[in-house]
Amino acid sequence: MNYIDPHIHMVSRTTDDYQRMAMAGCVAVTEPAFWAGFDRVSPQGFDGYFRQLTEFEPSRAAAHGIDHYCWLCINPKEAQDLTLAREVIGMIPAFLDRPNVLGIGEIGLNKNTKNELIILEEQIALAQRHDQLILVHTPHLEDKLKGTRLILDAIRRNGSIDPARVLIDHAEEHTVGMILDAGHWAGMTLYPDSKCTPQRAVDIIETYSHHRLVMNSAGDWGHSDPLSVPQARMEMARRGHNRDTITDATLRNPAAFLGQCDKFQLQTSLD
Amino acid sequence: MTNPRSSCPMTYRQAVDTYFLEHRSKLIDVAAFLDRLDRASDQQKPAQEDHRVAALRNAMSILLDGQPDRAKRVLEQLSDPSRSPTDTTSPPASGAHHDTQDQTTP
Ligand SMILES: [Zn+2]
Repeated sequence: MNYIDPHIHMVSRTTDDYQRMAMAGCVAVTEPAFWAGFDRVSPQGFDGYFRQLTEFEPSRAAAHGIDHYCWLCINPKEAQDLTLAREVIGMIPAFLDRPNVLGIGEIGLNKNTKNELIILEEQIALAQRHDQLILVHTPHLEDKLKGTRLILDAIRRNGSIDPARVLIDHAEEHTVGMILDAGHWAGMTLYPDSKCTPQRAVDIIETYSHHRLVMNSAGDWGHSDPLSVPQARMEMARRGHNRDTITDATLRNPAAFLGQCDKFQLQTSLD
Repeated sequence: MTNPRSSCPMTYRQAVDTYFLEHRSKLIDVAAFLDRLDRASDQQKPAQEDHRVAALRNAMSILLDGQPDRAKRVLEQLSDPSRSPTDTTSPPASGAHHDTQDQTTP
């Protein structure tokens, strides 16, 4: 059964992971620009990273029959340095026409600071000016509720963003309702020991039964599992959900959100 | 929008059979964690209980109140309720909101 992982950091994963994901039915990934585990020392570091996301990773994925798309931004953690952040934002438009770039992301908040919020607003404006989809990162722990509220307010304040063109990620039980109510898409990140387990993500799907819900692994350099979306499919099957519901949650829903960008062309059927 | 009733295809009995052992184990893990704190080498007094442990104890009452949306309410109880962006000096996230005004332990 085919699936899409709409949030995974393949630059941090091995070629063996691509192979295992392909064998598990992965047909497409979308990779947001993020914090690499250490702070980059100059804007040039981001230029290299953006080229890796738009040139090297697509070819590595294609070798396993997986379509690779990406999102570009200055991530919230490194957005604390306003000067660096603005230099990076200035570099992004030159990359937006590349064939695998779907939009701006993962922007958002990390520690809910004033500087992070300033850069978030500037990147929402960047997306609006260039008519880009938006992928949003929300904080991970006791700061998630507050961060999600601040992010929803910032998008609303912009006034020109179609909420259905924004996916807000790392949603959990206490934030998914407000994200959907605002008209956005909500992503649930399946992590072994923080964020959502596959079981809880399926609980949320059962509770909200909403087409604007997607699941991702957010696989990266930390504790994470690039096969967690197929794990969630197995969890749905174990509970007795039918094949159609499982395909909606893991293939058709993400394809509907991502397909709002013309560049997203799935090479496979949605059945 | 929420549709919590009958949205899980499993019967009550099937869900218990499937998940009971896993969650029995998680509950015993929490109990053993609290026992481990009792054996800590510095024998810290309960009056100086770490805000994260206090938050866990408080959240446990939600499991016993018989009301729905337990996971959501536990997460809300652990969350920072403030609304304004912070300065850069704020401490890193710990997993449980630490309100300095809440620190006085009875
Ligand atoms: Zn990410």
